[in-house]
Amino acid sequence: MKKFIWATWMLVTLAIAGYYGYILLKADNKQALLIGETSHGHFQIELACSSCHTEAFAGPELMQEACVGCHGAELAEANDTHPKKKFTDPRNADRLSVVDARYCVSCHTEHRKEITAPMGLTLPEDYCFHCHTDVGDDRESHRDLAFDSCASAGCHNYHDNRALFEDFLVHNHSGPWLKEMARLTNPNGAAILASKRVPEQQPTFPEQKAAHPDIHKAWSGSNHADAGVDCGGCHSDASSNEWLEKPGIAQCQTCHIHEAESYKSGKHGMRLAQSLPAIRPADSKLPFKETALSLQQGCNSCHSAHRTDTLFAASEACLSCHNDEHSRGFDSSPHGQLLTRAIAGVIPVEQAVSCATCHMPRAENIVDGKTVVQVNHNQNHNLRPNEKMIRPVCMQCHNLGFSIDALADPALIRNNFNGKPATHIPSIDWSLKRVAD
Amino acid sequence: MKHVKKIALMTTLLASSLVITACNEAPPAKAGIPPKLYTDSLFAVMNADRANYTKLIIQRLGPNGAGAIKPDEHWKEIENGALLPAQMFRAGSEAVAEVTDEFTYSLQSLWPINKQNAPKTPLEEEGLQYTVDNPGENFYGEEKLGDVTYFTAVYPDVAVSPACTTCHNDHKDSPRTDFDIGDVMGGVVIRVPL
Repeated sequence: MKKFIWATWMLVTLAIAGYYGYILLKADNKQALLIGETSHGHFQIELACSSCHTEAFAGPELMQEACVGCHGAELAEANDTHPKKKFTDPRNADRLSVVDARYCVSCHTEHRKEITAPMGLTLPEDYCFHCHTDVGDDRESHRDLAFDSCASAGCHNYHDNRALFEDFLVHNHSGPWLKEMARLTNPNGAAILASKRVPEQQPTFPEQKAAHPDIHKAWSGSNHADAGVDCGGCHSDASSNEWLEKPGIAQCQTCHIHEAESYKSGKHGMRLAQSLPAIRPADSKLPFKETALSLQQGCNSCHSAHRTDTLFAASEACLSCHNDEHSRGFDSSPHGQLLTRAIAGVIPVEQAVSCATCHMPRAENIVDGKTVVQVNHNQNHNLRPNEKMIRPVCMQCHNLGFSIDALADPALIRNNFNGKPATHIPSIDWSLKRVAD
Repeated sequence: MKHVKKIALMTTLLASSLVITACNEAPPAKAGIPPKLYTDSLFAVMNADRANYTKLIIQRLGPNGAGAIKPDEHWKEIENGALLPAQMFRAGSEAVAEVTDEFTYSLQSLWPINKQNAPKTPLEEEGLQYTVDNPGENFYGEEKLGDVTYFTAVYPDVAVSPACTTCHNDHKDSPRTDFDIGDVMGGVVIRVPL
């Protein structure tokens, strides 16, 4: 009897060990090893374990490198208010015993969906107070505020305070809620850089051209034709000169470097950055249109292959998949109406507001010594906290106070800004009062 | 036979314990640089760099000189903005912290504009107060933070130019608005783990 029990135990142990050992070492799909649901920010790449867990038994430093590898540039650009270097001085040792603010994972722990708050925060909401205990003494206005109100809309953010720091509020406190001349700059990056990027020698495929007269006609009127990008410019691999039936992001990226890189930094392309197959609406928990559920994301999801229609890419393309309240409310909103009129030719395109205006803002970049305006294809870049949108987007047309109030009103955001902000955030008023005193 | 075994065992134990302890003894300590000389030397470099930055860059190219750069607290926000000398000093300490933890330094004050630059440890407070009460003298001490004992030196930061005093006196966050030339406005705190 004993022998039987021993034998069974041995077999079961070996079976379990063998199963998990196989998954750990050999299997491609490591789904079974996930210890907990991943957060909204990372669920797309949850099966690419090595994107964060770069080495086994690595320790916090290597994990930190993984975080910084993807998020570091953005934090540096945001002038991170609480960078690691603020905490490395030994005089701050006692603060680190409460929260080790040198490491991202101290506050943003993964695989703990049950305690994950917005923006991936896994700390109790009084995390500010442990270091900033004397806020009530320094600021009369803050004396009676709730312990969890620090990171409220329009007040403070742990990392990005570019639109919220006191002197900025004071400096920009005035102005009409809607500017007289509200205009955006059109992107011109591709056009300006084309002369440098478009290869002079492209393989030609005359039989393909002859077989697809409609496509050829559509292409002839496109920006690619103007720039001298022929069939072979996209429909061929860089290494072999053979016909490539379906070009992928790698082909687009040879010229549209910034767009492809930023695309892969955002939610649409982050799987591609980890060499996973592209995301489909069905894989996400957001509401999407039924017809779009199994479509795989790629450049072609928004940009027609052979026709140039960036206005379509800037909003109708989005709305062909996204089916949440904010998206559904766009067409009838004041912003959406501007776009309708621009498409109809009633107002100039520079005055139109599309999905991309806010979610894929244009930025001035210096590329190869030239100043160009390019579209940031990382739709997540200024999404959370939404105050990130204030300076590059909202303040192009609105004043600071109005922007803060609008972005602090969740109902207004949900219905896509159909109406005026419901509450007034007193940040600017308090800052002005301190100057006056 | 039993006795032989016992003796052999004891001898082995004794021999091995001697060998182990002897071989693990630390090599004799070499004569090092006394901490005071170390921090004085560091301070000499920091001070010289900051003084040069103030004189040769800020004064020469700033509003009092060529007007080509605008030293400002929010230098990133304005065109041709430049760091204030205190910010340049802090940027230096942050850059050092990224490369080594063999020493750390910071600019602190009993009347800081940014509350985070107020003294945090009792020794810092003692040191800053000492340099205020004893003009011209530095303060040296030891303190234990976390698990490590540090040699901490505090060097007085004296107002050498009207740019220092007027800006601090006029700043809305400054707790003191009556600084004069020659006053000790704060101190440089250098820490070396022992």
